[in-house]
Amino acid sequence: MSNEWIPVGKTSDFTADLGGCVKVKDEQIAVYNVKEKTEWYAVQNLCPHDNRMVLSRGILGDCDGDGGFKVACPLHKHNFNIKTGEHISEGDVCDLKTYPVKIEDDTVYLQV
Amino acid sequence: MKTKIIVIGNGMVGYKFCERLAEKDIDNQFQITAFCEEPRPAYDRVQLSKYFSGTTADELLLAQIDWYAENGIELHIGDKAHKVDLASKTVYSEQGRKLSYDKLIFATGSAPFVPPVPGIEKDGVFVYRTIEDLDDTIAYGKKAKSCAIIGGGLLGLEAAKAAQDMGAETHVVEFAPRLMPRQLDEVGGEILKDIIESRGIKVHLNKATKNIAGDGKVEKMEFADTSSLDVDMIVVSAGIRPRDEVAKEAGLEIGERGGILVNDNLQTSDPDVYAIGECALYNKMIYGLVAPGYQMADVVAEQLVGRSASFTGADMSTKLKLIGTDVASFGDIEPKIPHKNITINDPVAGIYKNLFISENGEKLLGGILVGDADAYGTLLQMYQNDMKLPAEPIQLILPSGDGVVASGTNILDFPDTAQICSCENVTKGDICQVIDDGAQSISDIKSATKACTGCGGCTQLVTDLFKAKLKEAGIEVNNNVCEHFDMTRQDMYQTIRATGIQTYNEFLGRHGKGTEGCETCKPAVASILASTWNKPILEQPHILDTNDAFLANIQKDGTYSVIPRVPGGEITPDQIIVIGQVAKKYNLYSKITGGQRIDLLGAKLGDLPDIWRELIAAGFESGHAYAKSLRTIKSCVGSTWCRFGVQDSTSLAIKLELRYRGIRSPHKLKSAVSGCTRECAEAQSKDFGIIATEKGWNLYVCGNGGIKPRHADLLASDLDEATLIKYIDIFLMYYIKTADKLMRTSTWMDQLEGGLDHLKEVVINNSLGINEELEEQMAHLVNTYECEWQNTLADPEKLKRFNHFVNTDDDDETVVFAQQRTQIRPVDDSERAQSNAIKS
Ligand code: SRM
Ligand SMILES: Cc1cc2nc3c(=O)[nH]c(=O)nc-3n(C[C@H](O)[C@H](O)[C@H](O)COP(=O)(O)OP(=O)(O)OC[C@H]3O[C@@H](n4cnc5c(N)ncnc54)[C@H](O)[C@@H]3O)c2cc1C
Ligand code: SF4
Ligand code: FES
Repeated sequence: MSNEWIPVGKTSDFTADLGGCVKVKDEQIAVYNVKEKTEWYAVQNLCPHDNRMVLSRGILGDCDGDGGFKVACPLHKHNFNIKTGEHISEGDVCDLKTYPVKIEDDTVYLQV
Repeated sequence: MKTKIIVIGNGMVGYKFCERLAEKDIDNQFQITAFCEEPRPAYDRVQLSKYFSGTTADELLLAQIDWYAENGIELHIGDKAHKVDLASKTVYSEQGRKLSYDKLIFATGSAPFVPPVPGIEKDGVFVYRTIEDLDDTIAYGKKAKSCAIIGGGLLGLEAAKAAQDMGAETHVVEFAPRLMPRQLDEVGGEILKDIIESRGIKVHLNKATKNIAGDGKVEKMEFADTSSLDVDMIVVSAGIRPRDEVAKEAGLEIGERGGILVNDNLQTSDPDVYAIGECALYNKMIYGLVAPGYQMADVVAEQLVGRSASFTGADMSTKLKLIGTDVASFGDIEPKIPHKNITINDPVAGIYKNLFISENGEKLLGGILVGDADAYGTLLQMYQNDMKLPAEPIQLILPSGDGVVASGTNILDFPDTAQICSCENVTKGDICQVIDDGAQSISDIKSATKACTGCGGCTQLVTDLFKAKLKEAGIEVNNNVCEHFDMTRQDMYQTIRATGIQTYNEFLGRHGKGTEGCETCKPAVASILASTWNKPILEQPHILDTNDAFLANIQKDGTYSVIPRVPGGEITPDQIIVIGQVAKKYNLYSKITGGQRIDLLGAKLGDLPDIWRELIAAGFESGHAYAKSLRTIKSCVGSTWCRFGVQDSTSLAIKLELRYRGIRSPHKLKSAVSGCTRECAEAQSKDFGIIATEKGWNLYVCGNGGIKPRHADLLASDLDEATLIKYIDIFLMYYIKTADKLMRTSTWMDQLEGGLDHLKEVVINNSLGINEELEEQMAHLVNTYECEWQNTLADPEKLKRFNHFVNTDDDDETVVFAQQRTQIRPVDDSERAQSNAIKS
């Protein structure tokens, strides 16, 4: 069910201020933590610019203006808002699908 | 019928005349023919010394040969006009041409004056005027250990610098009691002498050469005061003599001490014949500078198209280039009228400035600047435009801050008519117009107005004007790294060094804005931290570009490449076998790279640690192909195998590659070592390149293949290995210290103020006094080197990230390969679409 929380790993499995890719029901999802693991986000791992499974390996950054955070794709540096999934660089590229994340007892849960 | 114009001489001024007349000849009424005695069309004689440092003859050309034909100019290269018959208006050439003219222009320039000293005909005596002169000097200089320049004027000092760059012990012998006697006063000359001697050039004043001794070739100079000097070669730079021989034989009036006499219209004693440039004698003066010559060219061209124009004399202001210190003089430095002086004299810092000011303190009459001539452009403007001086004229020569122009005046206050570039007669108004029309850079201004393209003396002023205009328009010339830091890369570098900060998070917290940073400042700071402290980079993986973060280069399909270091390109059969075995085991595509090593592509993220474990066990280490750091030092087989090699280039390349491996820099660094001038390792296209000579090694810097190829510049010659390494250490650390992020050494050099000369001063003469520090910093980097892959394999925490999935060991099934020529390749888009279709 879509509102089911699925555990995808311990918080210690993720490196601070980086992403990691998890596989849930054959879907690849990029999970990010920011501010040294105090905030968590999840988006599709597929970069819609050239359809590559790479977004979990991007650099994280502050989103201009809205106080949120973004990821820069490692391949061609297209930027996406990791909270809303919005594509925020120049060019005609789709937005990302986002997933709810929660942390309980040092475990990371996603709703897929 | 077109009017037939013949120009004798295709030097700087002859060319400029052709250019101006062709430009003004909108009705196409002229047929221009030019005789060019030299084997190539006009080149930039003012920049001749650059020929020593690797600028080619072709690059020095003022216009390519096609330009002449395109502009309807008939150019006879290598043909001297040797006779003129004024009565029949005919020119005869050495190759047998006989052409008639309506108007004749002499632009024959001048020849170096060679004093008739006994022995001057010996082998090893040279002059400094043409490219051929320089070829001869360079060829002979290869064998010479010492060189004397006769003449301590503007050109003599330039020649001295060139001789020193050739590696010869250099002497300047001057007849007068001071250097640059025509441009400097006594104190100025004294300080200049100190500066020049501190650069390792010996200066001998009050010396009249009486004899040049030696058995067929130069061995010794003997002076009138009975002293002598042992030298292997001599460059004579004792003044110029106008080339008036053809004019004289034709019967034109010639000055007492040479030079073709001209009036205000630049007509000779025959009204259909003009003389311009260094062959013309105007008002008892020969103008030995380009700017007056260009003005003359313009005046004659104007008259020919029917407009009135006249020459009324020109300014002899000059700025010495190339010697590595600033020297300039302008206006009248021996005013006959009552005047006052404002002087700054600091022999310790090697700075002397003397302004000559009218008695009422309102007008600038002339000035001398030694050691710091930043204010030259502004002062020259004030002088030429008769501008009223500020209340405290000393402000004009106090050291300038970061302000718009050196010295209390704002360049925007100059009148629009102020002539900024005297060579090309470009006014402030012209430049402002171009900026208003959208010029984005100094080079835009240069190409639109030709300013700065003559003697280059106005470059500073044009830059100041450009900056001032941008500032006026509210455009901030901001070079900050990104919005998270109000700092340039250089500021960051200095702050990190000074504060000892070791992590990005602390740096962002203390000096930046925001909480997370971005993909611009993170890798920039990571690079600076590594260049400074050299800790293993994976200690802060979150600030690294993906290539650094996984110590491998990401490919288009998200897989990675593996490139082990192969120092100097030398590899054993066993090592080749290991690489082959690894490639086979992990199903990797193999290819020889352009950097003399082997690339294995298509590695899955999760396989990287295993692949590297095997490579390291076989003695390989990280090749840093993923990093902004030293890539490869290519080599040729050198003297060990090659029948032409003069030094062991392979051993040196290996040694250097092991020395500089792993050092993080603003951009990647590449190098090569060639065993002789055939240059099989292509060293001159590298960030630093080394070419073996009979006597040691030549060091070239700031070359680039890549996007915009740039030939490297010769920094120093015939170095022994220890000096070579010392120079490279300093060069690299100075680059790391001052370059912008992602700026290769070639672009760094192009924007480096003072260019190659500045760099030579810093590296060779320690002009900034920081070399000891730079060498220590390099020593730290060399001593703390560690293979990044080895370090990572030993640390389970770091290895955790080397898996495609966090929550399973599955492979990423979206990575699919096809076969090509028996190896793998990523599938292309249509194949990908197909495989996706099959899956879903
Ligand atoms: C593998 C290789 C091509 C090959 O199959 O031969 C290669 C591959 C890449 N080059 Fe290169 N370059 C390779 C030799 C060169 C050379 C030749 C050389 O080094 O002698 C040059 C010209 C020399 C020079 O740099 O001046 C070269 C000039 C560039 C440039 C342009 C740099 C410039 O300053 O203009 C880039 C783009 C950049 O760095 O911004 C680039 C960038 C790249 C990148 C990193 C592009 C990218 O981001 O994916 C490629 C990485 C592939 C990979 O994963 O390994 N590559 N590249 C060569 C690796 C050499 C090695 O052993 O390390
Ligand atoms: C090393 C060096 C550095 C210099 N630096 C500066 C500087 O910083 N600033 C500055 O203002 N000036 C400088 N000058 C001086 C400047 O180069 C000259 O003022 C300028 O070149 C003069 O131009 P011109 O055309 O009159 O003479 P040239 O450039 O000498 O050209 C004359 C040409 O005519 C040819 N010729 C002569 N007779 C004949 C004939 N009968 N038939 C056919 N061709 C003939 C000659 O071969 C020559 O090519 C420098 C000069 C040198 C050598
Ligand atoms: S030339 Fe272009 S395509 Fe070829 S390796 Fe270099 S960056 Fe890639
Ligand atoms: S694939 Fe992500 S930016 Fe191109």
